[in-house]
Amino acid sequence: MANIKTVGILGAGKVGIVLAQLALKAGYHVRISGSGSVQKIALTIETLVPGATASTNQGVVSKSDLIILAIPLSRYKNIHPKLLKGKLVIDAMNYWWETDGIREEVLDPNSTSSEQVQQYFNKSTLVKTFNHMGYHNLQEEAKPAGADNRKALFVTGDNHEAVDTVATFVDTMGFDTVVHYRLADGIMTEPGSELFGASLTKDQLANVIDHFDETDFGKRIKAGQQASS
Amino acid sequence: MVNVDKLEFGIETFGDIVSAEDGHLLTAGQSIRQIVKEGALADKLGIDVIGVGEHHRPDYSVSSPEIVLGAIASVTEHIKLATAVTVLSSDDPVRVYERFATLEGLSEGRAQVMLGRGSFTESFPLFGYDLINYDDLFDEKLAMFGQLLKEKPITWHGGFTQSLKDQDVYPKTDYDGLETYIGIGGSPESIIRAAKGGYKVILAIIGGQADRFKPYLDLYKKAAAQYDMPAYPVAVHSHGFIADDEDEAVDVAWKNIKANFDRIGLTRGWAPMSREQFDGETQSGSFYVGNPEHVAQRIARTVKFLDLGRFDLVYGAGNQTAAQRERMIELYATKVIPRVKEILSQEAVSNG
Repeated sequence: MANIKTVGILGAGKVGIVLAQLALKAGYHVRISGSGSVQKIALTIETLVPGATASTNQGVVSKSDLIILAIPLSRYKNIHPKLLKGKLVIDAMNYWWETDGIREEVLDPNSTSSEQVQQYFNKSTLVKTFNHMGYHNLQEEAKPAGADNRKALFVTGDNHEAVDTVATFVDTMGFDTVVHYRLADGIMTEPGSELFGASLTKDQLANVIDHFDETDFGKRIKAGQQASS
Repeated sequence: MVNVDKLEFGIETFGDIVSAEDGHLLTAGQSIRQIVKEGALADKLGIDVIGVGEHHRPDYSVSSPEIVLGAIASVTEHIKLATAVTVLSSDDPVRVYERFATLEGLSEGRAQVMLGRGSFTESFPLFGYDLINYDDLFDEKLAMFGQLLKEKPITWHGGFTQSLKDQDVYPKTDYDGLETYIGIGGSPESIIRAAKGGYKVILAIIGGQADRFKPYLDLYKKAAAQYDMPAYPVAVHSHGFIADDEDEAVDVAWKNIKANFDRIGLTRGWAPMSREQFDGETQSGSFYVGNPEHVAQRIARTVKFLDLGRFDLVYGAGNQTAAQRERMIELYATKVIPRVKEILSQEAVSNG
Protein backbone atom coordinates (compact mmCIF):
# COMPACT_ATOMS: atom_id res chain seq x y z
CA MET A 1 0.00 0.00 0.00
CA ALA A 2 1.30 3.43 -0.92
CA ASN A 3 2.60 5.48 1.94
CA ILE A 4 0.90 8.84 1.71
CA LYS A 5 2.78 11.78 3.14
CA THR A 6 1.98 14.61 0.75
CA VAL A 7 -1.47 15.34 -0.61
CA GLY A 8 -1.75 17.37 -3.78
CA ILE A 9 -4.99 19.20 -4.49
CA LEU A 10 -5.86 20.55 -7.92
CA GLY A 11 -8.50 23.22 -7.34
CA ALA A 12 -8.51 26.03 -4.78
CA GLY A 13 -12.26 26.61 -4.67
CA LYS A 14 -14.66 25.73 -1.88
CA VAL A 15 -14.08 21.97 -1.93
CA GLY A 16 -10.32 22.17 -2.55
CA ILE A 17 -9.86 24.55 0.37
CA VAL A 18 -11.85 22.38 2.79
CA LEU A 19 -9.99 19.21 1.77
CA ALA A 20 -6.69 21.05 2.18
CA GLN A 21 -7.71 22.11 5.69
CA LEU A 22 -8.71 18.55 6.62
CA ALA A 23 -5.51 17.05 5.18
CA LEU A 24 -3.33 19.51 7.09
CA LYS A 25 -5.21 18.73 10.27
CA ALA A 26 -4.67 15.02 9.62
CA GLY A 27 -0.93 15.64 9.51
CA TYR A 28 -0.22 15.52 5.78
CA HIS A 29 1.88 17.96 3.81
CA VAL A 30 -0.47 19.75 1.46
CA ARG A 31 0.20 21.32 -1.92
CA ILE A 32 -2.58 23.08 -3.79
CA SER A 33 -3.04 24.83 -7.12
CA GLY A 34 -5.74 26.99 -8.70
CA SER A 35 -6.71 27.60 -12.29
CA GLY A 36 -4.60 30.75 -12.57
CA SER A 37 -1.14 31.74 -11.37
CA VAL A 38 0.32 30.80 -8.00
CA GLN A 39 0.26 34.49 -7.14
CA LYS A 40 -3.48 34.55 -7.66
CA ILE A 41 -4.17 32.02 -4.89
CA ALA A 42 -1.22 32.84 -2.62
CA LEU A 43 -3.15 35.18 -0.32
CA THR A 44 -6.13 32.80 -0.18
CA ILE A 45 -3.97 29.82 0.82
CA GLU A 46 -1.89 31.81 3.28
CA THR A 47 -5.10 33.07 4.95
CA LEU A 48 -7.50 30.13 4.72
CA VAL A 49 -5.07 27.19 4.87
CA PRO A 50 -1.92 28.41 6.60
CA GLY A 51 0.68 25.67 6.34
CA ALA A 52 -0.31 24.47 2.87
CA THR A 53 1.89 25.29 -0.10
CA ALA A 54 0.39 27.12 -3.07
CA SER A 55 1.96 25.86 -6.27
CA THR A 56 1.43 25.22 -9.97
CA ASN A 57 -0.35 22.06 -11.16
CA GLN A 58 3.07 20.68 -12.05
CA GLY A 59 4.49 21.61 -8.65
CA VAL A 60 1.54 20.00 -6.90
CA VAL A 61 1.58 16.75 -8.83
CA SER A 62 5.33 16.06 -8.93
CA LYS A 63 5.74 16.21 -5.16
CA SER A 64 2.55 14.51 -4.01
CA ASP A 65 1.76 10.87 -3.23
CA LEU A 66 -1.94 11.33 -3.81
CA ILE A 67 -3.75 13.80 -6.06
CA ILE A 68 -7.27 15.13 -5.51
CA LEU A 69 -9.18 16.58 -8.44
CA ALA A 70 -11.37 19.30 -6.91
CA ILE A 71 -12.24 21.40 -9.95
CA PRO A 72 -15.55 21.80 -11.79
CA LEU A 73 -16.03 18.72 -13.96
CA SER A 74 -16.33 20.92 -17.04
CA ARG A 75 -12.65 21.85 -16.65
CA TYR A 76 -10.91 18.50 -16.19
CA LYS A 77 -9.64 18.48 -19.74
CA ASN A 78 -7.67 21.64 -18.96
CA ILE A 79 -5.26 19.29 -17.18
CA HIS A 80 -3.03 17.29 -19.50
CA PRO A 81 -3.38 13.52 -18.90
CA LYS A 82 0.41 13.11 -18.94
CA LEU A 83 0.67 15.32 -15.89
CA LEU A 84 -1.10 12.69 -13.75
CA LYS A 85 0.60 9.67 -15.33
CA GLY A 86 1.28 6.89 -12.81
CA LYS A 87 -0.52 8.74 -10.00
CA LEU A 88 -3.20 7.69 -7.59
CA VAL A 89 -5.99 10.21 -8.17
CA ILE A 90 -9.13 10.95 -6.19
CA ASP A 91 -12.03 12.22 -8.30
CA ALA A 92 -14.03 14.55 -6.01
CA MET A 93 -16.00 15.88 -8.99
CA ASN A 94 -19.54 15.35 -10.23
CA TYR A 95 -21.47 16.44 -13.22
CA TRP A 96 -23.57 19.23 -11.73
CA TRP A 97 -25.60 21.38 -14.07
CA GLU A 98 -25.40 24.19 -11.52
CA THR A 99 -21.73 24.74 -12.29
CA ASP A 100 -21.04 22.71 -15.40
CA GLY A 101 -23.86 23.73 -17.72
CA ILE A 102 -25.44 21.43 -20.26
CA ARG A 103 -24.45 17.78 -19.83
CA GLU A 104 -23.97 16.96 -23.49
CA GLU A 105 -21.30 19.65 -23.69
CA VAL A 106 -19.38 18.13 -20.80
CA LEU A 107 -20.01 14.40 -20.93
CA ASP A 108 -20.88 11.53 -23.19
CA PRO A 109 -24.38 10.53 -22.04
CA ASN A 110 -23.57 6.81 -22.28
CA SER A 111 -21.26 6.47 -19.31
CA THR A 112 -20.66 7.97 -15.87
CA SER A 113 -18.53 11.02 -15.21
CA SER A 114 -15.79 9.15 -13.34
CA GLU A 115 -15.46 6.53 -16.09
CA GLN A 116 -14.89 9.33 -18.56
CA VAL A 117 -12.40 11.07 -16.27
CA GLN A 118 -10.56 7.74 -15.89
CA GLN A 119 -10.59 7.24 -19.64
CA TYR A 120 -9.05 10.68 -20.12
CA PHE A 121 -6.38 10.17 -17.42
CA ASN A 122 -5.74 6.69 -18.77
CA LYS A 123 -2.32 6.23 -17.14
CA SER A 124 -3.59 7.14 -13.67
CA THR A 125 -5.56 5.15 -11.11
CA LEU A 126 -8.84 6.85 -10.29
CA VAL A 127 -10.91 6.47 -7.12
CA LYS A 128 -14.08 8.47 -6.55
CA THR A 129 -14.88 9.97 -3.16
CA PHE A 130 -15.43 13.32 -1.33
CA ASN A 131 -17.99 14.10 -4.06
CA HIS A 132 -21.32 13.69 -2.31
CA MET A 133 -21.18 15.58 0.97
CA GLY A 134 -21.55 19.38 1.01
CA TYR A 135 -18.22 21.17 1.42
CA HIS A 136 -19.17 22.79 4.70
CA ASN A 137 -20.47 19.46 6.00
CA LEU A 138 -17.08 17.93 5.14
CA GLN A 139 -15.49 20.69 7.18
CA GLU A 140 -17.82 20.40 10.15
CA GLU A 141 -18.41 16.64 10.26
CA ALA A 142 -14.81 15.40 10.15
CA LYS A 143 -14.25 13.41 13.36
CA PRO A 144 -11.70 10.94 14.73
CA ALA A 145 -12.32 7.22 14.17
CA GLY A 146 -14.83 5.80 16.60
CA ALA A 147 -16.43 9.18 17.37
CA ASP A 148 -20.15 9.26 18.03
CA ASN A 149 -22.29 9.89 14.94
CA ARG A 150 -19.25 9.93 12.65
CA LYS A 151 -20.28 10.43 9.02
CA ALA A 152 -19.28 8.21 6.11
CA LEU A 153 -18.13 8.70 2.53
CA PHE A 154 -18.63 6.39 -0.40
CA VAL A 155 -15.31 5.26 -1.91
CA THR A 156 -15.33 3.44 -5.20
CA GLY A 157 -12.95 2.52 -8.02
CA ASP A 158 -11.92 -0.37 -10.24
CA ASN A 159 -8.49 -0.95 -8.69
CA HIS A 160 -8.83 -2.79 -5.36
CA GLU A 161 -5.50 -1.74 -3.89
CA ALA A 162 -6.08 1.89 -4.81
CA VAL A 163 -9.59 1.86 -3.34
CA ASP A 164 -8.27 0.38 -0.09
CA THR A 165 -5.50 2.98 0.08
CA VAL A 166 -7.98 5.80 -0.48
CA ALA A 167 -10.40 4.34 2.06
CA THR A 168 -7.63 4.41 4.67
CA PHE A 169 -6.82 7.98 3.65
CA VAL A 170 -10.50 9.00 3.98
CA ASP A 171 -10.53 7.51 7.47
CA THR A 172 -7.54 9.64 8.46
CA MET A 173 -9.35 12.69 7.06
CA GLY A 174 -12.20 12.13 9.52
CA PHE A 175 -14.77 9.85 7.90
CA ASP A 176 -15.95 6.27 7.91
CA THR A 177 -16.19 4.65 4.50
CA VAL A 178 -18.51 2.47 2.47
CA VAL A 179 -16.41 0.80 -0.20
CA HIS A 180 -17.23 -0.54 -3.67
CA TYR A 181 -14.81 -1.85 -6.26
CA ARG A 182 -16.52 -0.49 -9.35
CA LEU A 183 -15.82 3.03 -10.61
CA ALA A 184 -19.12 3.15 -12.48
CA ASP A 185 -20.93 2.94 -9.12
CA GLY A 186 -19.80 6.52 -8.52
CA ILE A 187 -23.06 7.53 -10.19
CA MET A 188 -24.87 6.39 -7.02
CA THR A 189 -23.73 9.54 -5.21
CA GLU A 190 -24.02 12.14 -7.96
CA PRO A 191 -26.53 15.03 -8.13
CA GLY A 192 -30.06 13.64 -8.32
CA SER A 193 -29.19 10.85 -5.89
CA GLU A 194 -30.61 11.02 -2.40
CA LEU A 195 -26.99 10.77 -1.24
CA PHE A 196 -25.95 14.00 -2.92
CA GLY A 197 -25.75 16.69 -0.26
CA ALA A 198 -26.65 14.28 2.55
CA SER A 199 -24.45 13.61 5.58
CA LEU A 200 -25.03 10.04 6.76
CA THR A 201 -23.45 7.55 9.11
CA LYS A 202 -21.85 4.41 7.73
CA ASP A 203 -24.96 2.28 8.38
CA GLN A 204 -27.28 4.85 6.81
CA LEU A 205 -25.03 5.28 3.78
CA ALA A 206 -24.57 1.53 3.30
CA ASN A 207 -28.31 1.04 3.55
CA VAL A 208 -29.02 3.43 0.67
CA ILE A 209 -26.15 2.06 -1.42
CA ASP A 210 -27.31 -1.55 -0.87
CA HIS A 211 -30.83 -0.65 -1.98
CA PHE A 212 -29.80 1.85 -4.65
CA ASP A 213 -31.83 0.19 -7.40
CA GLU A 214 -34.98 0.74 -5.32
CA THR A 215 -34.44 4.49 -4.95
CA ASP A 216 -36.12 6.86 -7.43
CA PHE A 217 -32.74 7.91 -8.74
CA GLY A 218 -31.59 4.29 -8.99
CA LYS A 219 -34.70 3.40 -10.97
CA ARG A 220 -34.10 6.28 -13.37
CA ILE A 221 -30.45 5.28 -13.86
CA LYS A 222 -31.44 1.67 -14.50
CA ALA A 223 -34.14 2.67 -16.97
CA GLY A 224 -31.59 4.85 -18.77
CA GLN A 225 -29.08 2.01 -18.97
CA GLN A 226 -31.65 -0.40 -20.37
CA ALA A 227 -32.79 2.16 -22.91
CA SER A 228 -29.26 2.74 -24.18
CA SER A 229 -28.14 -0.92 -24.26
CA MET B 1 -14.88 45.29 18.11
CA VAL B 2 -18.47 45.73 17.00
CA ASN B 3 -19.66 49.32 17.01
CA VAL B 4 -23.19 48.86 18.33
CA ASP B 5 -24.32 52.37 17.38
CA LYS B 6 -23.39 51.82 13.75
CA LEU B 7 -24.61 48.25 13.54
CA GLU B 8 -27.30 47.84 10.87
CA PHE B 9 -30.12 45.31 10.72
CA GLY B 10 -31.96 44.31 7.61
CA ILE B 11 -34.66 41.96 6.44
CA GLU B 12 -34.64 40.30 3.07
CA THR B 13 -37.21 38.37 1.12
CA PHE B 14 -36.95 36.29 -2.01
CA GLY B 15 -40.62 36.94 -2.71
CA ASP B 16 -41.90 33.52 -1.69
CA ILE B 17 -45.55 32.91 -2.50
CA VAL B 18 -47.63 33.76 0.55
CA SER B 19 -50.13 31.28 1.97
CA ALA B 20 -53.68 32.17 3.06
CA GLU B 21 -54.79 31.13 6.55
CA ASP B 22 -56.67 28.16 5.09
CA GLY B 23 -53.50 26.93 3.38
CA HIS B 24 -54.27 27.85 -0.22
CA LEU B 25 -51.58 29.82 -2.00
CA LEU B 26 -52.07 33.48 -2.86
CA THR B 27 -51.26 34.74 -6.33
CA ALA B 28 -47.91 36.24 -7.28
CA GLY B 29 -49.56 39.68 -7.42
CA GLN B 30 -50.98 39.30 -3.91
CA SER B 31 -47.58 38.12 -2.69
CA ILE B 32 -45.86 41.14 -4.25
CA ARG B 33 -48.32 43.55 -2.58
CA GLN B 34 -47.66 41.80 0.72
CA ILE B 35 -43.94 42.67 0.40
CA VAL B 36 -44.82 46.35 -0.07
CA LYS B 37 -46.94 46.21 3.07
CA GLU B 38 -44.06 44.54 4.93
CA GLY B 39 -41.63 47.19 3.69
CA ALA B 40 -43.87 49.88 5.17
CA LEU B 41 -44.11 47.95 8.44
CA ALA B 42 -40.33 47.48 8.64
CA ASP B 43 -39.80 51.19 7.99
CA LYS B 44 -42.30 52.19 10.67
CA LEU B 45 -40.55 49.90 13.16
CA GLY B 46 -37.09 51.27 12.36
CA ILE B 47 -35.44 48.38 10.50
CA ASP B 48 -32.49 49.75 8.52
CA VAL B 49 -32.72 47.87 5.22
CA ILE B 50 -35.15 45.76 3.21
CA GLY B 51 -33.70 43.56 0.50
CA VAL B 52 -35.76 41.93 -2.26
CA GLY B 53 -34.35 39.09 -4.32
CA GLU B 54 -34.50 38.45 -8.07
CA HIS B 55 -35.76 35.01 -9.08
CA HIS B 56 -37.21 33.51 -12.21
CA ARG B 57 -39.09 30.52 -10.80
CA PRO B 58 -42.70 29.58 -9.98
CA ASP B 59 -42.07 29.54 -6.22
CA TYR B 60 -41.04 33.20 -6.08
CA SER B 61 -43.11 36.23 -7.04
CA VAL B 62 -40.37 38.76 -7.73
CA SER B 63 -38.28 38.81 -10.90
CA SER B 64 -38.00 42.62 -11.06
CA PRO B 65 -37.05 43.69 -7.54
CA GLU B 66 -36.41 47.36 -8.31
CA ILE B 67 -40.07 47.83 -9.26
CA VAL B 68 -41.18 46.38 -5.93
CA LEU B 69 -38.59 48.55 -4.18
CA GLY B 70 -39.94 51.58 -6.05
CA ALA B 71 -43.38 50.87 -4.62
CA ILE B 72 -41.88 50.47 -1.14
CA ALA B 73 -40.01 53.75 -1.62
CA SER B 74 -43.31 55.57 -2.07
CA VAL B 75 -44.71 54.40 1.29
CA THR B 76 -41.55 54.64 3.43
CA GLU B 77 -39.21 57.34 4.70
CA HIS B 78 -36.00 55.94 6.14
CA ILE B 79 -35.48 52.31 5.22
CA LYS B 80 -32.78 51.52 2.65
CA LEU B 81 -33.96 49.64 -0.41
CA ALA B 82 -31.71 46.82 -1.58
CA THR B 83 -31.81 43.95 -4.00
CA ALA B 84 -30.85 40.54 -2.65
CA VAL B 85 -29.26 40.09 -5.10
CA THR B 86 -29.24 41.51 -8.62
CA VAL B 87 -27.85 38.79 -10.86
CA LEU B 88 -25.38 41.03 -12.67
CA SER B 89 -23.90 38.26 -14.83
CA SER B 90 -27.16 37.84 -16.73
CA ASP B 91 -28.10 41.52 -16.71
CA ASP B 92 -26.99 44.60 -18.61
CA PRO B 93 -24.79 46.81 -16.40
CA VAL B 94 -26.17 49.95 -18.06
CA ARG B 95 -29.74 48.89 -17.31
CA VAL B 96 -28.77 47.96 -13.75
CA TYR B 97 -27.30 51.43 -13.26
CA GLU B 98 -30.38 53.09 -14.79
CA ARG B 99 -32.82 51.17 -12.62
CA PHE B 100 -30.97 51.84 -9.40
CA ALA B 101 -30.34 55.50 -10.25
CA THR B 102 -34.10 55.79 -10.81
CA LEU B 103 -34.80 54.10 -7.48
CA GLU B 104 -32.26 56.40 -5.86
CA GLY B 105 -34.21 59.40 -7.14
CA LEU B 106 -37.60 58.00 -6.13
CA SER B 107 -36.41 57.17 -2.62
CA GLU B 108 -34.31 60.29 -1.99
CA GLY B 109 -31.05 58.40 -1.77
CA ARG B 110 -32.09 55.09 -0.21
CA ALA B 111 -31.26 52.71 -3.08
CA GLN B 112 -28.66 50.05 -2.43
CA VAL B 113 -27.22 47.81 -5.12
CA MET B 114 -26.34 44.24 -4.20
CA LEU B 115 -24.67 42.37 -7.01
CA GLY B 116 -23.97 38.67 -7.13
CA ARG B 117 -24.70 35.38 -8.70
CA GLY B 118 -27.43 34.50 -6.24
CA SER B 119 -27.88 30.82 -5.62
CA PHE B 120 -30.03 30.14 -8.66
CA THR B 121 -29.11 29.79 -12.29
CA GLU B 122 -32.42 30.19 -14.17
CA SER B 123 -31.56 33.71 -15.34
CA PHE B 124 -28.67 32.49 -17.49
CA PRO B 125 -30.56 30.57 -20.18
CA LEU B 126 -33.52 32.95 -19.78
CA PHE B 127 -31.48 35.94 -20.90
CA GLY B 128 -29.30 34.03 -23.34
CA TYR B 129 -26.15 33.48 -21.33
CA ASP B 130 -24.08 30.33 -20.86
CA LEU B 131 -23.55 29.41 -17.23
CA ILE B 132 -20.09 28.14 -18.11
CA ASN B 133 -19.04 31.79 -18.59
CA TYR B 134 -20.36 32.79 -15.20
CA ASP B 135 -17.07 34.07 -13.79
CA ASP B 136 -15.99 35.89 -16.92
CA LEU B 137 -19.43 37.46 -17.27
CA PHE B 138 -19.36 38.68 -13.69
CA ASP B 139 -15.80 39.99 -13.97
CA GLU B 140 -16.49 41.99 -17.09
CA LYS B 141 -19.88 43.30 -16.02
CA LEU B 142 -18.65 44.29 -12.59
CA ALA B 143 -15.78 46.21 -14.17
CA MET B 144 -18.25 47.97 -16.46
CA PHE B 145 -20.63 48.70 -13.60
CA GLY B 146 -17.70 50.14 -11.65
CA GLN B 147 -17.14 52.63 -14.48
CA LEU B 148 -20.84 53.49 -14.62
CA LEU B 149 -20.90 54.20 -10.88
CA LYS B 150 -18.62 57.16 -11.50
CA GLU B 151 -21.52 58.80 -13.41
CA LYS B 152 -19.17 60.24 -16.03
CA PRO B 153 -19.14 59.55 -19.77
CA ILE B 154 -17.90 56.01 -20.28
CA THR B 155 -15.69 54.51 -22.97
CA TRP B 156 -15.86 50.76 -22.90
CA HIS B 157 -14.60 47.89 -25.05
CA GLY B 158 -16.96 45.04 -24.40
CA GLY B 159 -16.53 41.30 -24.82
CA PHE B 160 -19.83 40.00 -23.42
CA THR B 161 -21.09 43.59 -23.12
CA GLN B 162 -21.69 46.44 -25.54
CA SER B 163 -18.86 48.78 -26.53
CA LEU B 164 -19.43 52.46 -25.79
CA LYS B 165 -17.59 55.63 -26.66
CA ASP B 166 -17.85 58.72 -24.44
CA GLN B 167 -21.35 57.64 -23.63
CA ASP B 168 -23.19 59.28 -20.77
CA VAL B 169 -25.80 57.33 -18.84
CA TYR B 170 -28.87 58.76 -17.07
CA PRO B 171 -30.34 59.69 -14.67
CA LYS B 172 -27.53 61.08 -12.55
CA THR B 173 -28.01 60.69 -8.81
CA ASP B 174 -28.41 63.59 -6.37
CA TYR B 175 -26.57 61.96 -3.53
CA ASP B 176 -23.12 60.42 -3.02
CA GLY B 177 -23.52 57.86 -5.76
CA LEU B 178 -25.02 54.39 -5.46
CA GLU B 179 -24.06 52.35 -2.43
CA THR B 180 -22.95 48.96 -3.77
CA TYR B 181 -22.40 45.61 -2.12
CA ILE B 182 -21.14 42.39 -3.66
CA GLY B 183 -23.00 39.29 -2.46
CA ILE B 184 -20.63 36.40 -1.78
CA GLY B 185 -21.32 32.74 -1.13
CA GLY B 186 -17.92 31.62 0.08
CA SER B 187 -15.66 31.48 -2.94
CA PRO B 188 -12.28 32.98 -2.02
CA GLU B 189 -11.89 34.31 -5.54
CA SER B 190 -15.12 36.35 -5.21
CA ILE B 191 -13.95 37.90 -1.96
CA ILE B 192 -10.68 39.00 -3.47
CA ARG B 193 -12.50 40.39 -6.51
CA ALA B 194 -14.82 42.45 -4.29
CA ALA B 195 -11.93 43.73 -2.17
CA LYS B 196 -9.91 44.61 -5.26
CA GLY B 197 -12.82 46.66 -6.61
CA GLY B 198 -13.23 48.50 -3.31
CA TYR B 199 -16.74 47.16 -2.72
CA LYS B 200 -18.62 46.38 0.44
CA VAL B 201 -19.43 42.69 0.86
CA ILE B 202 -22.40 40.75 2.14
CA LEU B 203 -21.78 37.07 2.87
CA ALA B 204 -24.65 34.68 2.25
CA ILE B 205 -24.29 32.15 5.05
CA ILE B 206 -27.08 29.76 4.23
CA GLY B 207 -25.80 26.53 5.76
CA GLY B 208 -23.37 25.39 8.40
CA GLN B 209 -21.68 27.27 11.20
CA ALA B 210 -21.10 30.98 10.69
CA ASP B 211 -17.76 30.66 12.50
CA ARG B 212 -16.15 29.02 9.51
CA PHE B 213 -16.35 32.34 7.66
CA LYS B 214 -13.97 34.07 10.09
CA PRO B 215 -10.91 33.42 7.88
CA TYR B 216 -12.86 34.76 4.88
CA LEU B 217 -13.29 38.08 6.65
CA ASP B 218 -9.54 38.15 7.24
CA LEU B 219 -9.08 37.43 3.55
CA TYR B 220 -11.31 40.40 2.64
CA LYS B 221 -9.30 42.73 4.88
CA LYS B 222 -5.92 41.45 3.70
CA ALA B 223 -6.92 41.62 0.03
CA ALA B 224 -8.26 45.17 0.47
CA ALA B 225 -4.96 46.18 2.06
CA GLN B 226 -3.02 44.52 -0.74
CA TYR B 227 -4.92 46.49 -3.38
CA ASP B 228 -4.90 49.67 -1.30
CA MET B 229 -8.67 49.70 -1.03
CA PRO B 230 -10.90 50.38 1.99
CA ALA B 231 -12.17 47.36 3.94
CA TYR B 232 -15.72 48.07 5.06
CA PRO B 233 -17.57 46.39 7.89
CA VAL B 234 -18.93 43.12 6.50
CA ALA B 235 -22.61 42.18 6.31
CA VAL B 236 -24.10 38.70 6.63
CA HIS B 237 -27.35 37.31 5.29
CA SER B 238 -28.95 34.19 6.78
CA HIS B 239 -32.38 32.60 6.93
CA GLY B 240 -34.61 32.61 9.97
CA PHE B 241 -38.02 32.61 11.54
CA ILE B 242 -39.17 34.21 14.78
CA ALA B 243 -42.41 33.60 16.72
CA ASP B 244 -43.50 34.47 20.25
CA ASP B 245 -43.28 30.82 21.23
CA GLU B 246 -40.14 28.75 20.69
CA ASP B 247 -41.94 25.54 19.70
CA GLU B 248 -44.22 27.35 17.30
CA ALA B 249 -41.22 29.01 15.65
CA VAL B 250 -39.44 25.68 15.22
CA ASP B 251 -42.58 23.97 13.84
CA VAL B 252 -43.34 26.69 11.29
CA ALA B 253 -39.70 26.93 10.22
CA TRP B 254 -39.26 23.17 9.88
CA LYS B 255 -42.38 22.82 7.76
CA ASN B 256 -41.65 25.79 5.51
CA ILE B 257 -37.88 25.78 5.21
CA LYS B 258 -37.85 22.04 4.55
CA ALA B 259 -40.56 22.32 1.88
CA ASN B 260 -38.69 25.19 0.24
CA PHE B 261 -35.31 23.46 0.40
CA ASP B 262 -36.66 20.12 -0.84
CA ARG B 263 -38.52 21.69 -3.74
CA ILE B 264 -35.37 23.50 -4.84
CA GLY B 265 -33.33 20.33 -4.29
CA LEU B 266 -35.56 18.48 -6.74
CA THR B 267 -34.38 20.67 -9.60
CA ARG B 268 -30.86 21.16 -8.32
CA GLY B 269 -30.10 17.54 -7.48
CA TRP B 270 -29.65 17.51 -3.74
CA ALA B 271 -31.16 15.27 -1.11
CA PRO B 272 -34.20 16.30 1.00
CA MET B 273 -33.44 18.05 4.29
CA SER B 274 -33.29 15.72 7.28
CA ARG B 275 -34.52 16.70 10.73
CA GLU B 276 -30.95 16.23 12.00
CA GLN B 277 -29.69 18.71 9.42
CA PHE B 278 -32.44 21.22 10.30
CA ASP B 279 -31.80 20.90 14.04
CA GLY B 280 -28.08 21.37 13.47
CA GLU B 281 -28.79 24.54 11.51
CA THR B 282 -31.14 26.01 14.12
CA GLN B 283 -28.94 25.10 17.10
CA SER B 284 -25.49 26.04 15.87
CA GLY B 285 -25.77 26.61 12.12
CA SER B 286 -27.17 29.36 9.98
CA PHE B 287 -30.94 29.19 10.52
CA TYR B 288 -31.91 31.80 13.12
CA VAL B 289 -35.09 30.19 14.38
CA GLY B 290 -36.89 30.49 17.71
CA ASN B 291 -38.39 32.94 20.13
CA PRO B 292 -36.96 36.48 20.22
CA GLU B 293 -34.50 35.79 23.04
CA HIS B 294 -33.08 32.68 21.38
CA VAL B 295 -32.71 34.38 18.01
CA ALA B 296 -31.19 37.49 19.59
CA GLN B 297 -28.59 35.41 21.45
CA ARG B 298 -27.59 33.62 18.28
CA ILE B 299 -27.44 36.75 16.12
CA ALA B 300 -25.40 38.55 18.79
CA ARG B 301 -22.97 35.69 18.89
CA THR B 302 -22.50 35.69 15.11
CA VAL B 303 -22.18 39.48 14.92
CA LYS B 304 -19.59 39.48 17.65
CA PHE B 305 -17.62 36.46 16.47
CA LEU B 306 -17.37 37.70 12.89
CA ASP B 307 -17.15 41.38 13.88
CA LEU B 308 -19.95 42.39 11.51
CA GLY B 309 -21.32 45.77 10.54
CA ARG B 310 -24.69 44.45 9.46
CA PHE B 311 -26.95 41.44 9.80
CA ASP B 312 -29.80 40.68 7.39
CA LEU B 313 -32.39 38.07 8.26
CA VAL B 314 -34.07 36.39 5.30
CA TYR B 315 -37.76 35.96 6.08
CA GLY B 316 -40.77 34.26 4.55
CA ALA B 317 -39.13 31.06 3.23
CA GLY B 318 -41.64 28.51 2.01
CA ASN B 319 -45.31 29.43 2.10
CA GLN B 320 -45.91 31.34 5.30
CA THR B 321 -49.05 33.33 6.05
CA ALA B 322 -49.08 37.11 6.00
CA ALA B 323 -49.71 37.08 9.77
CA GLN B 324 -46.65 34.87 10.40
CA ARG B 325 -44.46 37.09 8.22
CA GLU B 326 -45.66 40.34 9.75
CA ARG B 327 -45.39 39.05 13.32
CA MET B 328 -41.85 37.93 12.61
CA ILE B 329 -40.93 41.40 11.35
CA GLU B 330 -42.50 42.99 14.43
CA LEU B 331 -40.62 40.69 16.79
CA TYR B 332 -37.36 41.21 14.92
CA ALA B 333 -37.70 44.98 15.07
CA THR B 334 -39.13 45.43 18.56
CA LYS B 335 -37.50 42.58 20.49
CA VAL B 336 -34.61 40.94 18.67
CA ILE B 337 -32.72 44.00 17.39
CA PRO B 338 -32.82 45.92 20.70
CA ARG B 339 -31.84 42.75 22.55
CA VAL B 340 -28.90 42.05 20.20
CA LYS B 341 -27.67 45.59 20.77
CA GLU B 342 -28.10 45.19 24.50
CA ILE B 343 -26.18 41.91 24.56
CA LEU B 344 -23.36 43.33 22.48
CA SER B 345 -23.20 46.45 24.65
CA GLN B 346 -22.91 44.31 27.72
CA GLU B 347 -20.33 42.08 26.05
CA ALA B 348 -22.14 39.22 27.73
CA VAL B 349 -22.55 36.94 24.77
CA SER B 350 -23.62 33.44 25.55
CA ASN B 351 -21.74 30.74 23.76
CA GLY B 352 -24.89 28.70 23.27
